[in-house]
Amino acid sequence: MSLTTYSLSTYFMEATYLIASVLFVLALKGMSHPETARRGMFLAEGGMFAAIVGTLIGTNIVTWVWLIAGLAVGSIIGAWMAIWVPMTAMPQRTALSHAFGALAAALVGIGEFMVNINELGPIKRGALGFEIMLGALTTTGSLIAAAKLQGIIQGKPVQFRGQNIVNLTIFAGMIGCFGYFCYDPHASTVFYAMLGIAFLFGVMLVIPIGSADMPVVMSLLNSYAGLAAAATGFVLGNNVLIIAGTLDGFSGFILSVLMCKAMNRSITNVLFGGFGAVIAEATATVDGVMREISLDDAAMQLAFANRVIFVPGYGLATAQAQHAVRELAELLEERGVTVKYAIHPVAGRMPGHMNVLLAEANVPYSMLYEMEQINPEFSSTDVAVVIGANDVVNPDARDNPKSLIAGMPILEVDRAKSVIVLKRGQGRGFSGLENPLFFKSCTAMLYGDAKSSLSHLAQAVQHV
Amino acid sequence: MMNPAVLIASVYVFVLAAFLGYQVISRVPPLLHTPLMSATNAISGISLIGSLVLAGSKGYPLQAHILGFVAVTTATINVVGGFGITDRMLKMFRQRGQAKKEAAK
Repeated sequence: MSLTTYSLSTYFMEATYLIASVLFVLALKGMSHPETARRGMFLAEGGMFAAIVGTLIGTNIVTWVWLIAGLAVGSIIGAWMAIWVPMTAMPQRTALSHAFGALAAALVGIGEFMVNINELGPIKRGALGFEIMLGALTTTGSLIAAAKLQGIIQGKPVQFRGQNIVNLTIFAGMIGCFGYFCYDPHASTVFYAMLGIAFLFGVMLVIPIGSADMPVVMSLLNSYAGLAAAATGFVLGNNVLIIAGTLDGFSGFILSVLMCKAMNRSITNVLFGGFGAVIAEATATVDGVMREISLDDAAMQLAFANRVIFVPGYGLATAQAQHAVRELAELLEERGVTVKYAIHPVAGRMPGHMNVLLAEANVPYSMLYEMEQINPEFSSTDVAVVIGANDVVNPDARDNPKSLIAGMPILEVDRAKSVIVLKRGQGRGFSGLENPLFFKSCTAMLYGDAKSSLSHLAQAVQHV
Repeated sequence: MMNPAVLIASVYVFVLAAFLGYQVISRVPPLLHTPLMSATNAISGISLIGSLVLAGSKGYPLQAHILGFVAVTTATINVVGGFGITDRMLKMFRQRGQAKKEAAK
């Protein structure tokens, strides 16, 4: 867009973009506290609306059919998702939205290649290449992640011999196409080859990653989707796209780093580490027996405790037990028991997963405690109730330097006077690691579906 | 061919946005990380404006319009669905008193 074509409507459009950018930043600032977060999001919605209206007025739009059809179909599907997707399905929904965002960026990139390639200088062609590669690999990668989270394909890592070499070859092929495309922008075969390889690379990148590592993968895909949008901004020379995309990209990046820290692993280790591959040899058997506890005994322990901490994990989400745990907690509070919830950063399948589930069940957020806040309190706690969590409470991470998860910060439930573990069966968790916590003398196991166990506990507590 | 000054300005915008993003987002508590992810996702649905141009501009071939249509659809899903679901989540985060009142209803 050259300066000579600037008309009044173009200035109006640019003004709406500036307003939108400011409102987006204010919205994220509002996210620093639950009290201000909702108001912030209204600002962002206003900014988005302004930018859309500005675009429709300020650009030379003549064909309205496709545009209105897209807006209508998208709004219907989007509204349906917003209203009907259950909170337990939030990780899948988020993964899907990463795919949609990235796909939009990739398609805009393809369109730009078809229409405007002659007007793009070398640097913009580079940005276009990034947009295509990031957009395409995030699309397929996110779809695989969503399918894993939804259980359409198995959550276990898919691994084969020479996987890293195959992936490196694919990656090199993609970069090769990218380099050639920067050199010769008219080689459309190379351009579409780059697109195709990037789609394939997205699949290969996510299939070797197990369900327990999903929080990192989700955050990374979030980051890529944002960076793809930012690259679109570079190609189109559009600042609000650069700003919004960069905010998204950095948010995802920061979350990835936090998630990796919470697992004491590096990003490369998550992506290429092959967590599942070494399990068989490294799993030590633990001596001792798991002590089972009856519902009535567990209820008795809880009812006469002074302080109880609930430790939710992914099992809470699969059993949809968030309402049941809140009911039990309220009954205990009525009896004068102090109840808190301990949330590990990587509990669940995406950052903040447990907080959302418990908030849905009307648990006030002041009862949710982060790992650093709650760990010193376990030693003065009478009963810690672990609900479908495993690795995040595995004391081996702290005590056994040979353990696969050595150094991972854990919730130190084993320091509590007694521990009740709600678990479906005697099997190992998703990582396949043995958990010595289950064999400790202070630990008692309560087998069964977490939801029904919790509601039975609640009934039993009422009758104590 | 584009004016290099505009490109340099774009790089400035990118770097400053990255810095600002780091400052703002590192203050978001882990409590709100899921809504944060869905909010930033909705915000980056701003690529909708690029899609709109592709779907409706003068003199573009039909394939470009069709690509634009799909892009408008997916971006709109993210904007509408993303903001909708973020609001639904944020509504659920309540303080102690509020939570009791809601539960009693």
